[in-house]
Amino acid sequence: MKKLINNVDDIVKEQLEGMALAHPELKFNDEPRYVWHEPKQKQVALLSGGGSGHEPLHAGFIGDGMLTGACPGEVFTSPTPDQMYECAQKVDAGEGVLFFVKNYTGDVLNFETAVELLHGDDVKVGSIIIDDDVAVKDSLYTAGRRGVAATVLLEKIVGAAAAQGQSLEQCEALARRVNNQARSFGVALQACTVPAAGKPSFVLADNEVEFGVGIHGEPGIERREFTDVKTLVEQVFSELVDCPDYSRTLREWDREKGEWTELETTTERFDLDSEYIVLVNGLGGTPQCELLGVYREFALKCKATGYNIGRQLIGDYCTALNMEGFSITMLKADKELLELWDAAVNTPALRWKC
Amino acid sequence: MTIEKSQILNWLNSCADIFAKERDYLTQLDADIGDADHGINMNRGFERVKDKITTIEDQDIGTIFKTTGMTLLSSVGGASGPLYGTFFIRAAAAGNGKQSIDLNDLCQIFSDGVDGVVARGKAQPGDKTMCDVWWTVVEALEKSKDEGQDLQQALVAMGEASEKGAAATIEMQAKKGRASYLGERSIGHQDPGATSSMMMVKALRDVVVGQA
Ligand SMILES: Nc1ncnc2c1ncn2[C@@H]1O[C@H](COP(=O)(O)OP(=O)(O)OP(=O)(O)O)[C@@H](O)[C@H]1O
Ligand SMILES: [Mg+2]
Repeated sequence: MKKLINNVDDIVKEQLEGMALAHPELKFNDEPRYVWHEPKQKQVALLSGGGSGHEPLHAGFIGDGMLTGACPGEVFTSPTPDQMYECAQKVDAGEGVLFFVKNYTGDVLNFETAVELLHGDDVKVGSIIIDDDVAVKDSLYTAGRRGVAATVLLEKIVGAAAAQGQSLEQCEALARRVNNQARSFGVALQACTVPAAGKPSFVLADNEVEFGVGIHGEPGIERREFTDVKTLVEQVFSELVDCPDYSRTLREWDREKGEWTELETTTERFDLDSEYIVLVNGLGGTPQCELLGVYREFALKCKATGYNIGRQLIGDYCTALNMEGFSITMLKADKELLELWDAAVNTPALRWKC
Repeated sequence: MTIEKSQILNWLNSCADIFAKERDYLTQLDADIGDADHGINMNRGFERVKDKITTIEDQDIGTIFKTTGMTLLSSVGGASGPLYGTFFIRAAAAGNGKQSIDLNDLCQIFSDGVDGVVARGKAQPGDKTMCDVWWTVVEALEKSKDEGQDLQQALVAMGEASEKGAAATIEMQAKKGRASYLGERSIGHQDPGATSSMMMVKALRDVVVGQA
């Protein structure tokens, strides 16, 4: 393994130290580990976190108009409750704290524990599960759809709402809506190498892709033959738009009662009247020129089928270390979501109108 | 015969040694059906436990378990962190104020522990998780208790039960955790969490009755 790494055990720490040096407006605490900034105005604190290795997610999205804080775990391993607990204490401005949690058992359980601890300390806290990966079909025999690149869109949009002074309840409702209107699907050409493991998580032949891949080097839903970009992008397009309604029960924190409640919720249908925010996301090891080629095929396909792309973002935003491949996210948007998307944002990895 | 506090401390230290030794093996099991981090997670967590318990050696067994749980909770991460953390925190109740435990206590400790894991993770029998080991283990301990076996016999039976429980996960299709995304592709592999649980159970047997 040839890697720009001094010591495998220090990657996360050194990465965050580098980040704090490069962006003095971000603050970094190492024990327990979290990154945060002080928003210009008093607002709901938005806190995310998850395993490292998905950079710029999440710490790269801290700043005005997006996240207030983030708790990075070890590579591909969820952070621990003490990180979220202390970070939340630090960033809470009295307006409450909202957690964004990608749907993985590890993340969910660790964040749930943190919610309970904070509730015990009278912090107003809420928690949103993100589960946009349509590659996972059923929720009955699995841990449910995974949280992937829609996280970026959700953090941007709710970030704008919080910066405008929306309440914790409003931010929660908005986040739930965005999550139910977003779908993602990923494909890998080559697996990533987890530094501690030292070798690629799986091996693909020249004519194979891992179809429906996640962002951790775990195998996808199936291995498919790779012929050409157009065919592959069209296959991804149909996974995204032809996907049936998806219902699942998500646990929500009841702040009044101080307990978890199970809420049955169903995804929104896509239609040809809406506009879509499209993210063509590189998984870490894909050149820009290939991503733009993917976007080209996708845009052509949308045009031919009558889907309106209102906004688009192309680049590496939710990665899996050096995995070669891409994911496409479609978020069905209305005027409100487009305005929030367009609002000013000033973070290391996403920046406009500032 | 009872299990003394010193043996409980030896057990936790021995878990740390085992996870250091078996780190790559557990990680490989997790690479097959998960995300290749379970051995790394357990190793990191129990190294911390090992450090931490030196500061509370004079406390009772309940406090030792509670501290173990809190330490795992804040150092393991992943799914197994809050699950093993909860296991020990819940297990602590039946050890409160005690300097030694008998078969009844041990039964209570493990069954409270696994109830805690289920309250968090909602696993059911056959879902291919660590719980499939703990249920088998608790069942074996209950049986030993009912049959009036002594502690030594019970621990030997418990060790065998843990091996059976772990082996039984090979044929199961994962319905919880990261492995569940593989669907049928998860069949044919032993669950990493079930394997680490088995190692802990066997370590307790080995510490108390000597290598079987
Ligand atoms: N809901 C659950 N109930 C009980 N045990 C579970 C559950 N989900 C997972 N496990 C156990 O956890 C083990 C995996 O632990 P591991 O330390 O690898 O965490 P992980 O799932 O990889 O977490 P992360 O996704 O954050 O990396 C599985 O082998 C299984 O035994
Ligand atoms: Mg794992």
